Amino acid sequence: MQALNESGSFFLELFFSGLTRGSIYALIALGYTMVYGIIGLINFAHGEIYMIGAFVGLTVAGILSILQFNLIAILVLAALFAMVYAAAYGYTIEKVAYKPLRGSTRLAPLISAIGMSMFLREYVILAQTPDFVSFPALTEGLFDLGAFSSMIQPTELVILIFSFLMMAGLFILIKKTKIGKAMRAISQDREMAMLLGVNSDRMISLTFMIGSALAAFGAILISAHVGQINYNIGFVVGIKAFTAAVLGGIGSIPGAALGGIILGLTESFATGYVSSDYEDVFAFGILVLILIFKPAGILGKSTTEKV
Amino acid sequence: MKKFLSPVIVGLALLTAVAGCDKKEEATAANSPIKIGIAGAFAGDLAPYGIPQKNTINLAVEEINAAGGVLGRQIEIYAEDDACKPETATNVASKLIGEGVVAVIGHTCSGATIAAMSVYRDADIPVISSSATSPALTLGGQNPKFFRTIPHDKAQAELQTKFIVEHLKAKRVAVVHDKGDYGKGLAVLVKEGLEQAGVEIILFEGITPGAVDYSALIRKIARAKPDVIAFGGYHPEGSKIVSQARKKGLKTPFVSGDGLKDPSFIKIAGKYAEGYYVSSPADISTIAKTKEVTAQLKERGQQPGNFGLQTHAAITALVNAIEKAGSTDSDKLAAALRSNTVATTLGDISFDERGDVIGSGFSMYIVKNGDWVTVNY
Repeated sequence: MQALNESGSFFLELFFSGLTRGSIYALIALGYTMVYGIIGLINFAHGEIYMIGAFVGLTVAGILSILQFNLIAILVLAALFAMVYAAAYGYTIEKVAYKPLRGSTRLAPLISAIGMSMFLREYVILAQTPDFVSFPALTEGLFDLGAFSSMIQPTELVILIFSFLMMAGLFILIKKTKIGKAMRAISQDREMAMLLGVNSDRMISLTFMIGSALAAFGAILISAHVGQINYNIGFVVGIKAFTAAVLGGIGSIPGAALGGIILGLTESFATGYVSSDYEDVFAFGILVLILIFKPAGILGKSTTEKV
Repeated sequence: MKKFLSPVIVGLALLTAVAGCDKKEEATAANSPIKIGIAGAFAGDLAPYGIPQKNTINLAVEEINAAGGVLGRQIEIYAEDDACKPETATNVASKLIGEGVVAVIGHTCSGATIAAMSVYRDADIPVISSSATSPALTLGGQNPKFFRTIPHDKAQAELQTKFIVEHLKAKRVAVVHDKGDYGKGLAVLVKEGLEQAGVEIILFEGITPGAVDYSALIRKIARAKPDVIAFGGYHPEGSKIVSQARKKGLKTPFVSGDGLKDPSFIKIAGKYAEGYYVSSPADISTIAKTKEVTAQLKERGQQPGNFGLQTHAAITALVNAIEKAGSTDSDKLAAALRSNTVATTLGDISFDERGDVIGSGFSMYIVKNGDWVTVNY
């Protein structure tokens, strides 16, 4: 610790702060990229699922803390409930807003997605509150980092560890299991997969559910770190996560993870070494640069359109 | 689904059409009601500012109407929500003008007020805001019929500067803002004031409201080791920044404007809000009329909020001007607003040539044990 000079430790602080932010972007970007990979749709209501996940987590945590559960139990149960609830939302949204439009023009489900996003936001304003509400610091006491806490806060370490675990779990699911194989088959050629006996409707629903659960999980972690939520928290996060998905190559799962981390680090270093005024300038500047040299994103497959 | 919905939609359309007809049939006779518009954030995350404004206007108007109205006519209020969004504000302004209002009280936020200004100017409608504090509104002179019952940010910035230099004795200050009309405007004024007083500005940066977190910026500030952090913006970002700074172990005092002086700031930031300084309109709770209005609001289960009393003063001044002018003519109204002193919840106030209030000022507050306390220095 002492061996590091002052600017070196500042670099590390910025690195961890960017990594934390980036891993949240990555978690949410996975939802965008999975849905795009399987049905070629950009689910603009994904940011709102994130927001609803945070509200469910807050409600569950509130009830459990009245019942005097201990902190870890509250955290685990709140996260589980939020994920299940968000998965149910993801499932329903797909059935209500996208499935009836499957096979119509490409723009129709996109408009439907934007409408869904507005609907959910207004719904939370009416059903919950238009105000900011405070979110309990569920993850604060999990680690005692001692001297290293100046480098990375305990809540940030929790975000890092859990989001990496979640992503690793997802990679295994996609690469090693039968479900993952079916998903990959549908994303390659949906009709052929159906001919070979893959239930494509069920797999599409499952994709939505997994993506939504990941977003809700990210929402719990970041809300416990930031300490406040409102109906609009999904908006900026949604846009950034979408950017991360495009950056990494939309449709590619490792790409989404990589894109999120790159975006988070870029923002953090831009703020630290230039000015937070230019945070977004650098974030979107990187996007433009990468799309100029690799139009399909860093890990995206460039497919030539057959005429 | 479609078959079921269509009769409902047709029914709804018919209903609105009928309602529309009713409104048009109103006569413009001498005893018809005087229409006054109110515009502000009545929904969305800045609603805690706008709703008390609406409530106090309703209270004042009910009282005036019960006592026989003004010039023998009743007052009718048309409220429109702009959610503090500039793009909505211009629509709201056009809508109110379309309703035929003689004057508008509003808007809540500076950005929205600035956006709507030219619409009101072109329609020649007097506007009184009770919370838009951007200096440009009056000093810029875009609308000669704009008034406000709250002093502008320049007065606020001067007080903050004085407080930072004389009370907190700061030598190095970090200035952060939210890039908005109000937040950045105030931050620029504080920065200029501090520079003139010989204080070193070690950092001047804008944040993106709604960003996931501000930890990179907070680490940068912590590294620069300022004596004071001045933040220009509203309470949602304020509570986020101060919580994250305190969690990081940064003990530097924060100074902000009245955009943070809201009960929800303390509610959300909790223990991290302790010791936060803000400048906000001076304490007026000892004025008899203020006590009366606050008590009446309490009976209805309402609070004066941060700007409710300023809004009560605005409607009082407007109604007084209508009475003194003897008409609702825009020129006569503006002249009457300038030339008359009126007893309000802010004390005796009048307006200067530019439309700024005379007789109301700012003081400094600190968060102590979960409440705002006036700082005497």
